[in-house]
Amino acid sequence: MDKAIVTDQLTRRFGDFIATDAITFSVDRGEIFGFLGANGAGKTTAMRMLCGLLKPSSGHAKVAGYDIATQTELVKKNIGYMSQKFSLYEDLTVKENIRFYGGIYGLSNQRIKEKTAQLLDKLQITKEANQLVSSLPLGWKQKLAFSIAILHDPSIVFLDEPTGGVDPVTRRQFWDLIYEAAHQNVTVFVTTHYMDEAEYCDRISMMVDGKIKALDTPRKLKEQFSAVSMNDVFLQLARQQTVSNQ
Amino acid sequence: MLQFLAFIKKEFYHIFRDRRTLLILFGMPVIQIILFGYAITNEIRNAEIAVLDQSNDYYSSRLVQKIGASGYFKITTALQSEKEITEAFRAGHIKVALVIPKNFGYNFYHNHKAPVQLITDASDPNSATTLLNYATAIVGNYQQEMSGQLKLPLTIDVHPRMQYNPALKGVFMFVPGVMTLILMLVSAMMTSITITREKETGTMEILLVSPLSPGMIIVGKVVPYIILSFINALVILSLGVFLFGMPVKGSLLLLLMECGLFVLTALSLGILISTITASQQAAMMISMVGLLMPTVLLSGFVFPLESMPLPLQMFANILPAKWFIIILKDVMLKGSGLLAVWKPTAVLLGMTVFFIALSVRNFKTRLS
Repeated sequence: MDKAIVTDQLTRRFGDFIATDAITFSVDRGEIFGFLGANGAGKTTAMRMLCGLLKPSSGHAKVAGYDIATQTELVKKNIGYMSQKFSLYEDLTVKENIRFYGGIYGLSNQRIKEKTAQLLDKLQITKEANQLVSSLPLGWKQKLAFSIAILHDPSIVFLDEPTGGVDPVTRRQFWDLIYEAAHQNVTVFVTTHYMDEAEYCDRISMMVDGKIKALDTPRKLKEQFSAVSMNDVFLQLARQQTVSNQ
Repeated sequence: MLQFLAFIKKEFYHIFRDRRTLLILFGMPVIQIILFGYAITNEIRNAEIAVLDQSNDYYSSRLVQKIGASGYFKITTALQSEKEITEAFRAGHIKVALVIPKNFGYNFYHNHKAPVQLITDASDPNSATTLLNYATAIVGNYQQEMSGQLKLPLTIDVHPRMQYNPALKGVFMFVPGVMTLILMLVSAMMTSITITREKETGTMEILLVSPLSPGMIIVGKVVPYIILSFINALVILSLGVFLFGMPVKGSLLLLLMECGLFVLTALSLGILISTITASQQAAMMISMVGLLMPTVLLSGFVFPLESMPLPLQMFANILPAKWFIIILKDVMLKGSGLLAVWKPTAVLLGMTVFFIALSVRNFKTRLS
């Protein structure tokens, strides 16, 4: 089992509307996989299915080797998740947040203590451990949220637009954390709006109107569309779509 | 189990770090019960009364004395002429005027029949009626005393007895009412707010992605409120008993179990509200308008159900509060056992099951 995620004709309909239209792709273990698309292209629906939050209308998918429709519990145990909104409780301290998430993933007290010390040290926020999360700057919160999402050593972590509203420097630091996790063989599945971030991914899929229109490494995609940047690739795909719609 | 404990611990942090929540949880019950118990009451004491005694004999002054000594009235003005009655009412101090005509004692003694006139300020009809009742009762009582000495021929003697609340204390009505109101507010509103807050901040998604099952998340959110609501019920009960002399004639265990049941009903309503709303504001509005107002107005707590038009009486049947107030009054004042209150208990139980089933259905459609 080398693949972290495998999908086969994964489809989700809401009434007549097809949000995700028979997407088929796979993600390798330890890969950083960028999941791109305009708003409403079906990224979020696809991601929610992979996390076990939504049942697929048809098609199959396996995450960490478990079927998302029938083995939801096992899927949930083996993934981490960080959403665009904060996944942290603002009225809890840094330490309490760590304890809480460690607790609901069933980590032992001993293990939580070790992990907490490690994490605080890595993010260099040992001094702020007993401060309320609401008092931390946005960039810190996001780094903390990511570290907490991988606290229980999941094999895959899903990041839903994790860097929204952060300055480029902090975004770069955030990506250092992502690389570090990928080095430890954690698969990273990330959606983003920022095209410069797309360049950091190992491979990228571009979704338009519920379908995957392009999927390759950033370099090959740029060659394929003879574009200078990922932004160009994205614009060309979007234009094709408007033309075909007319 | 450890997962669950971690969850509950987190929930208590939320509650104890939010001043507004704490105030609603513990400040409000005490303030409300004291307000309702002392300030808002139907009983009137020391209402000012003016007396125009045109007879001024032994019998009339005995009657005036009796009214003055009743505790309900305070004789403040002795009027000299009928003209002064209107002036006295205009001045706004007196609520009632008693007019005793000339030859009152003579008529009473010789003809066995003597009129007196009671004039009340009916700009406030409720208190006017209440005062009139008090005064009539005192006059009737006086008549009996006097005629006892006189040996009247055959008369019908009515001995009214106010069962279960002989002193007609308003508190006996308010304590169950306030208890219902508070439990409804704390349980339904607070749970609907706390669950929608998780939705608003996006943490609900994280919880749903975690290995905790949706059912466990909801139970985890609700358990702290069950505990706190129950403590609240105990506080209100003891305030009622020790401060206002509210009796608990029935079994205390039954009373507490019924309180527990009502807390569950209210919580399940709160959960239901949270499944149909997305924001804390909306949850609060629905709880306030949809739950609190009907609870105050239509549960029989402030206004008697019997005097409402039939459609409203029927509507009151779907309010859990109505049934809980019936149970509270029966158990506390009448000393009823479970056999006597099984019907309202069954209604509450049925409602709870219904609300939970509906919430589960809503929750599932939202997920799939």
